[in-house]
Amino acid sequence: MLDWLFASPAERRLLGNARMRGAMPWVIAIMSFSIMIIAATGLALAGTASTLSHAIEARYAVQIPNGGGDLGATLQAVRSATGVKTAEAVPESDMRRTLERWLGPAAQSADLPVPALVNFDLKPGARLTEVENRVRAIAPAAQISSHRESIGPLLRSLRLLQWIAFGLVVMLSGAAAAAVVLAARGALDTHRSTIDVMHGIGATDLQVTHLFQRRIAIDALVGSFGGGAAAAVLLVLIATGATFAGELTGGRTLVAWELVLLALLPLVLAALATWVARTAVLSALRQSL
Amino acid sequence: MGLARRRNPPRGRGKQLSIVAEFESVGLRYGTGSEVLRDLDFRLGTGGFYFLTGPSGAGKTSLLKLLYLAQRPTRGRVRLFGAELADAPREALPPFRRRIGVVFQDFRLIRHLSAFDNVALPLRVAGQSEAEVEGPVREMLAWVGLADRASARPPTLSGGEQQRVAIARAVINRPELLVADEPTGNVDADMAKRLLHLFTALNRLGTTVVVATHDIGLISATAGAQLIRLENGALVDPTGALKNPPARDS
Repeated sequence: MLDWLFASPAERRLLGNARMRGAMPWVIAIMSFSIMIIAATGLALAGTASTLSHAIEARYAVQIPNGGGDLGATLQAVRSATGVKTAEAVPESDMRRTLERWLGPAAQSADLPVPALVNFDLKPGARLTEVENRVRAIAPAAQISSHRESIGPLLRSLRLLQWIAFGLVVMLSGAAAAAVVLAARGALDTHRSTIDVMHGIGATDLQVTHLFQRRIAIDALVGSFGGGAAAAVLLVLIATGATFAGELTGGRTLVAWELVLLALLPLVLAALATWVARTAVLSALRQSL
Repeated sequence: MGLARRRNPPRGRGKQLSIVAEFESVGLRYGTGSEVLRDLDFRLGTGGFYFLTGPSGAGKTSLLKLLYLAQRPTRGRVRLFGAELADAPREALPPFRRRIGVVFQDFRLIRHLSAFDNVALPLRVAGQSEAEVEGPVREMLAWVGLADRASARPPTLSGGEQQRVAIARAVINRPELLVADEPTGNVDADMAKRLLHLFTALNRLGTTVVVATHDIGLISATAGAQLIRLENGALVDPTGALKNPPARDS
């Protein structure tokens, strides 16, 4: 099936022996590098969104305005309700530290009313009504909110960015394919006289196509693995030390199947380039007699 | 080189007529221009030796293109080796082209290949191994006097040497039909004589030879050759000999 990839020296001489011809390997390398980085980002975003979504799926918060004094009772009420898996109070000191970002030292003022906050997780299938009833029995002003609703816009943004990343991967692959078509047409024009001679002595379209297909496949392999290797180095650097790794990936690392997928991308790109080159050359040859 | 006959149909007992090419009401025009070839009706017998003559612009090269399947007629029928090829799908043409040797007026050698590789090309395209290619190509290069130029590339060869390489490439696979466009245009008298000798040797082994030429000396030196004369794209065949060629002794 891959016989065409292993040409004899005589076949290789037909199109000349120059290495790293033209811009093709470089274009493919840049595309491969960009595709790898964007795909890794997309996968990380998807993973982060998924992790976040699972983490907050059944998480709620009880907030009691001016209710710092009721915190222990509220926590007890929440814990005693059926269906509550875990519950924890957010200490007032933590709340004040959080407020300090906006209010500065004034956040530590005793005059500043700080709400009581209890986070809890419900077991699958449990109903929120019982928790609401118990909490409102001791703190009628309590508000219960779902983390899912609060984090929803962020999750939607993460999903959108993930699909934009995957869309970019598709678009870059399309751009790489277009570059291959241009390179194939350029090669055909350059070697038009050789093709005419070969057709004249009875070479089939496939025989001629294999020459170009092989050369473009080698260029694409060299380019895509070069670009892929550069991208891998960059991803390793990001993942092993850079502080912005957390910001890029939400602290989540790529899992095994995602790493395998990334490693396969250069090969897929080279295969795509080869297929596109073959189709472009065959299509161009069919225009002649 | 062992010029043993290959692929040629066996020749029958006594007199018989076998047709290698048959043109019927053939016309050819390029684009929307007027016809450069019109109403061509002729048949080329297997093993015949034909000289195609006529003034410049008469359509000789166009007729040769039809013969070596580089052009389709705009009307009429073209049969080669018994197959109707005027409307044949292009995938069907390569096997027929391998049975035809062509010497182009402008040589059409591949510039970045050595003389050896240029001559070996038809054998490699036909799928022969390097071991099968080596001997015949060396022998053919020696025959055309270029044994010591095997590794030279065309730009370093003289016009005459390039023409000899082109001729060696055309005959290396012992074609059933050899088509040559002004093959002696760039060689000296001695080499012209040797090339003609090669063509006649191939012809004796069954190859049908069609040579387009203005060289009267070449025509007169070839016994038994027939003339195909073109004028203004039409065939001059007052006796009808080309339409109904005489049978040849086998």
